[in-house]
Amino acid sequence: MASNETGGAGTPPVRKTISGSDFAAPARKFKNLALSACVPLAIVLLWEYLGRTGQLNRSILPYPSMLGECLRDMLVSGKLQKHLSISAIRVVQGFAIGCAAGLAAGTLCGFSKRWNTLLSSMVGLLRPIPMIAWVPLLILWMGIDERSKVTLIAIGTFWPVLLNTTRGIRHTDKKLLEVGAMFEKNPWQMFSKVIFPGAFPFIFTGVRLGVSNAWSCVVTAEAIAAASGVGYMIMYARELMQPDVLLVGVLTIGVVGLLLEILLLRVERRILSWNDEMSGSGNDGK
Amino acid sequence: MTANKKGIEIQEVSKTFILEGKSIPALGHIDISIRNGEFVSIVGKSGCGKSTLLRIVSGLENASTGQVLIGDRRVERASVMAGLVFQEPRLFPWLTVAQNIEFGIHGELSRDERWQTVHQYIDLVGLNGFAKAYPRQLSGGMQQRVSIARSLINKPGVLLLDEPFGALDALTRINMQNEVLRIWQSYDATMALVTHDVDEAIFLSDRIFVMSERPGTIDRVIDVDIPRPRERSGARFMEIRREIFTMFFTNSAISIEYYI
Repeated sequence: MASNETGGAGTPPVRKTISGSDFAAPARKFKNLALSACVPLAIVLLWEYLGRTGQLNRSILPYPSMLGECLRDMLVSGKLQKHLSISAIRVVQGFAIGCAAGLAAGTLCGFSKRWNTLLSSMVGLLRPIPMIAWVPLLILWMGIDERSKVTLIAIGTFWPVLLNTTRGIRHTDKKLLEVGAMFEKNPWQMFSKVIFPGAFPFIFTGVRLGVSNAWSCVVTAEAIAAASGVGYMIMYARELMQPDVLLVGVLTIGVVGLLLEILLLRVERRILSWNDEMSGSGNDGK
Repeated sequence: MTANKKGIEIQEVSKTFILEGKSIPALGHIDISIRNGEFVSIVGKSGCGKSTLLRIVSGLENASTGQVLIGDRRVERASVMAGLVFQEPRLFPWLTVAQNIEFGIHGELSRDERWQTVHQYIDLVGLNGFAKAYPRQLSGGMQQRVSIARSLINKPGVLLLDEPFGALDALTRINMQNEVLRIWQSYDATMALVTHDVDEAIFLSDRIFVMSERPGTIDRVIDVDIPRPRERSGARFMEIRREIFTMFFTNSAISIEYYI
């Protein structure tokens, strides 16, 4: 479950690396990319072979080229795009709410020791609850319309953003605060020029984890109570015994998650190029 | 870019820290009067409170008793009246050299004026061509130059240096000492340097204040009557050096000669 990734209060922000992330060395990058593609490719080939030779039950586990056909049909009919865009809208709404709330609460907890102590027991109690356990409660409170799904996504986004924002602000270098004091910076300048930029790597990590949480939450919510969206699509395919649609849906969820991760890592690398921790090993040698 | 240099009056200053209910005297009573445009050093063993004294002069720390005047104004809190260079450069890693120096600017200036001022100070510390570099791309000595430029940009009447070269290697340190001397002469401010490097103090200062161990008080004031530029191995230089070392080791059985 994605809630494992939110990072405990005591751990440094998690920086996930993906294969082929060394942008400084194109040759090595290509080699890494080729290497990371080896295992999935071998599995696909073996799977295709076993499927075509009839050693796998096609009505349960269709082979890759069958999935390709199914994907093409779904793209032509627009079914996949329809469900994906509905899920995407939910993610955007839930993420916006959860992220804003997480930033606000995280800033509060970062600055005020009292608020941090007040809220820490609540965070400790509520954060470990698996997202799926919230679903029945949210349906009871809000029905099965959009609100329950958006709320679930907001909760999933909230935790990593909250924890990392708090950590980032607490982490502020006292020595840099003294520099600000020497130059008579006012509280707003202290925040915008010293505290916030220093906390930004942490905050961005929180946002990145929030995005991936939001994406897995939308699938969770839709799989249980929805009439549209990718999560609904795969659950409905199970009921109709359409394993090809089901598998295409599951793989789509994985691909979208991966693309989001790559995109955010690139953005992070660009914005935070000053941070030695972020720049790849190849950047510092020159 | 001559500053409106000011003298420093340290009057009856003492400092006591309260730690776990116990009071720990860090500074005894200290009275120092530093003249306009003078270069003074405060030397002492580590832990004698010399950095605390400088932090009190800068306003980052409050004195338990007494007061500090810069010019005719009493120091109440950290302010741009005094520039302070820390042992670590304390640059913002997310800002370039130019932006780090610009951070120091206090008061309203137009974009053009800011740009001009920043580049004037980049020139002053000899960092032409590095305006767009990030701190992590610079050596320790260069980072410290940026820090000095940032401290000078408001033309403070006094510049306080808190072991600014302590973390640099020996050659870079000598280089930076020459540089500070050059800046002091061209910029014409009052400078107060805290250091445990006796040679550094003799090479740079008009007067040296030698502090006792904690609680720190001024043991002795030494006039460095050597004309500049100073020869680091000159006879008078060695004599003053010996004098200070003797004071440090009077209560110690270790041979002074061993250290000199």
